[in-house]
This record gives sequence, C-alpha cells and structure tokens, in this order.
Amino acid sequence: MAIQLPIYMDNHATTPVDPRVIEAMLPYFNAKFGNAASRSHVFGWTAEEAVSYAREQVAKLIGAESEKEIVITSGATESDNLALKGIAEFYKDKGDHIITTVVEHKAVLDSCKRLEKEGYRVTYLGVGTDGRVDPDDVKRAITDRTILVSIMLANNEVGTVNPIAEIGKITRERGVLFHSDAVQGIGKVPFDVQKMNVDLASITAHKMYGPKGVGALYIRRSRPRVRLVAQIDGGGHERGMRSGTLNVPGIVGFGKAADIMLKDGAAENARILGQREHMRHRLMSALEEVQLNGSLEHRLPGNLNVSFAFVEGEAMMMAIKDVAVSSGSACTSASLEPSYVLRAMGVGEELAHSSIRFGIGRFNTDEEVDYVSDLVIASVRKLREMSPLYEMHKEGIDLKSIQWAAH
Amino acid sequence: MAYSNKVIDHYENPRNVGTLDKEDPNVGTGLVGAPACGDVMRLQIRVSDEGVIEDAKFKTFGCGSAIASSSLATEWLKGKTVDEANTIRNTMIVQELNLPPVKVHCSVLAEDAIKSAIEDFKRKRSARHALETAAPAVETAAPAK
Repeated sequence: MAIQLPIYMDNHATTPVDPRVIEAMLPYFNAKFGNAASRSHVFGWTAEEAVSYAREQVAKLIGAESEKEIVITSGATESDNLALKGIAEFYKDKGDHIITTVVEHKAVLDSCKRLEKEGYRVTYLGVGTDGRVDPDDVKRAITDRTILVSIMLANNEVGTVNPIAEIGKITRERGVLFHSDAVQGIGKVPFDVQKMNVDLASITAHKMYGPKGVGALYIRRSRPRVRLVAQIDGGGHERGMRSGTLNVPGIVGFGKAADIMLKDGAAENARILGQREHMRHRLMSALEEVQLNGSLEHRLPGNLNVSFAFVEGEAMMMAIKDVAVSSGSACTSASLEPSYVLRAMGVGEELAHSSIRFGIGRFNTDEEVDYVSDLVIASVRKLREMSPLYEMHKEGIDLKSIQWAAH
Repeated sequence: MAYSNKVIDHYENPRNVGTLDKEDPNVGTGLVGAPACGDVMRLQIRVSDEGVIEDAKFKTFGCGSAIASSSLATEWLKGKTVDEANTIRNTMIVQELNLPPVKVHCSVLAEDAIKSAIEDFKRKRSARHALETAAPAVETAAPAK
C-alpha cells in the first residue's frame, strides 16, 4: 500500500475520530437533537436516554459501579479543575493539604498553583529517572491535613505509567481522597477505579478516538461518597456538579469510543506495542547515542519518547516535516524552556532539547512505521553531519569538559 | 513555527556545511552557544594574505533558524574582507531571513560566531606576526597588539 503523506504520529496530542464513532453521533445533530434536560417531551427523553447509555459505556471502561458516577465535562482540563478546586473547597474544614507530582499536566499544576494562592498547601512529589512516582513518597507526604492526592495514570510526554493501585491502597488506608488524571492511559493500560481505589478520575474522549470538547470526571458515590463544590453554576445539570446543556452528540460519541476501547482495546494495544517496539529497535540499532526517555516496562504501548543526541528537536521535526510528532525542545515551546517533565526526570538539558515524542495510534499502519523509521534514521544522520557537537563527539572530546557560554 | 521560504531553503539546502583545519594559521574558528541552551554554532573562515575571506564553513546544532542563520552568514562572509565582515549585524540576518521575534536570538548567535571567528583569526595572525619579527621583539610585540 502506498504511503499517504502527511503521516499522523502524535496520538498523545489528540486522535482522529473513529468512523464508527462518527456514525453513532450523526443522528444526534438533527433527527434526535433534543435537550437532555427537557423532561416534558419525547425529544428530551430520547436525548436523555442516549446520554445515560453513553455514561454506562464510559463507566464500564473504567470499572465504575454506576453510570451516575460519570459527570460530563468539556474535557480533561475542566475535569482536573473541578476535581482539585471542587474537592479543596468542599473539604476545606477537614484539611488544606494536597499532594501531586511535578510531572502532572498543566491543568492539574495550575489548579494547584491557584489553590496555593488561596492558602492551600501543595506538596509536589518528584519522579525517578524512569518518570514514575514512588508510592513510598506518597505515603511519607500524607499528613493529618491532607485532603487529596492527585497523580496521573500515564504521562502525556514520556508515556510512563504510575503505580496507581499501590498509591490507591495507601490513600484508602489513610482516608485521603485520590484523584487521577487518567486521560492518556484509559483503554491503553489497565485502569479500574474499583480495584485501584481511585475516587476521582479525569477522562477525555478525544484521546481515545472520540470527539474533542467532551470528557468526564468520575466521582465515586459510595465507600467513600465523594462530595465537591461545583465550579460552574447554572441549571443544576449533572446532579448539581456541572451546569450546562449537555453536548449530546459529543457524549454519544464519547460512549461509543469507550465501548470500542473496551471491546477492541486489548488486541489493538498488543498491535501498537509491536509497532512501537519494532520502531524502537530499528532506530536504536541503526543509530548510536539514542536515549529512550522514561521506563520501558511501565509505558503506554504507543509512546516512543527518544532523544537523538547532538541533534536539536525542532530541526529534527523540520527534517521529518511530513510526519506529525512532538518535541520537548525549547524551540517548540513559547517559553523557550525545554520540557519540565524531562527535566524532572533528570534528563540533561541538551538531551531534553533533542527529544522527540512519537505517538503511535489505532490508524497507523506497519508501512507508516517503517517509512517513519527510515526517514528518522536518514534525518538524524544528515543533521549529525551538520552538528559541531557530533563532530566533537567523534573526535573523542567530552562535551561536558568545555566551558560553554550560556546565552 | 511558520518559517519564511528563505529559512526553509537554507535549512533544506544548507550552504557551506563543513570543517576547515583549525590549525591552519589562516583559519579563524568561532564556537558559540551552549548545548544546554539548545544551540551551538561553529563558524570558520579562511583568510587570504590580502585579508579577504576565501572560504567559510559552518556546523550548527540548533533549530531550523539557527541552521539557516549560520548558513546565510557563511554565504555573506565569502569574498568580504575581514573588516567588511565585521560590519555584519544580526538585524541584517533577521531581515534577510524574516525571522520571527522568538528566533531573533539565532541571528545574535550567528553574529557572535562571525565575531568570534574573526577574533580567533586576528589572534593567530598577530601571534604569527610576533614570531616572524626578530626574536628580541617578541616580548614587546605581543602586548602591542
């Protein structure tokens, strides 16, 4: 099969909507357009029924007991905000301390920063060189004033998967609520809110081949019953936890996407893992000085985050411009700072500048994986020929021995 | 990052990539930047006895605009006298390549690399000059520069 360019290999950023999802959504734009909150006629009932069914599909994927535990939001950023701010506000008489990690998504980190301004105290746990949180660090950080622990299931940059079950065991024992931003990992690695003692979980549709603009916050209803203060006021939708007319087509698509993940996820993840490993082996056998960032074992199947030493990330992305990927290079960020996730893992700044994140997904073919591998190998070789650092490395000069003038 | 066609052209077809012999007395080498900052440029010039830059080469670790800035610099350097080369300013590179504000530092680095290569060449030339003059003059000639 001929390769079609450009190739999308940035599936941690977003994913294309599965055609089966689009098909499920379509009737809810016109024929079944009702407002799910309309209680007095069949249009409303039809929409409400569809939303309820979608909630069940999402609940099943994460092992929730009831569809009532799924509060629909506009996406994971809103879910993270609602979880952190809503819990902090509701439980403020119980405590003022929150524990999270330095590698969380900005939606969690910036919510924590706002809470700090309001007087809450936040502990930001570090991660190991493998990018994972140590459950013992969580245990040690919990105090009598701790109300919430928020730790992501899988990291969006390096794809490393945290020991959620072990952390959940600790928080349950200590009677502290546990929120997990599970966006990247749901459907891709095991995640079960019951088995893992997760009390709140942020989910989004567009990372699992559903539409953008719809997500959910799982909020446990029993053992313990989690309460929070709504952050958006209005008509009292979602049992008063999140007002706003429901995005019915989006929610239907979200449910369908969850259903597909539940049914096909295992086989799909095995295939994607095979493609990822094939690519990893090809790159690492053809090129010297390639570093895998983050744990190999505890990792999302589709994630390959590697640093090609002596080659700057943005230049690399220009060289493979027909392939959509991401980089932890400062030159790709507005702040001109390299990835804070890689820095937190102890990856040197020069290697952080050289990192590329490949995100393989449902629609990537084996041919695409081979094409991208070939292109990356050729591009790294070309850019290294242009790199003074590579030439110095070849001459046996230790780059760390040179007095570089920081600018 | 939306780059101008000129940046893309220099990036895809870089001019004068390579290495001159840094031990050659007629070659000046400038190495600027830092790996931790994400860009390092090495720019080299070979200067004739008449003071004209006969050849210029570069190697750059950095983003597309850093590569383009150094590629353009080598193009401009060739054929210029050392004094003429000293008048190249980063703003000229920004203008020629239409660099966005966030990439202006790449042009600054290129100007630094030019200056650094010229200084290295001048240092070598004055050292050689000192050696070539009568032996007793060495001690007085060197500080005179």
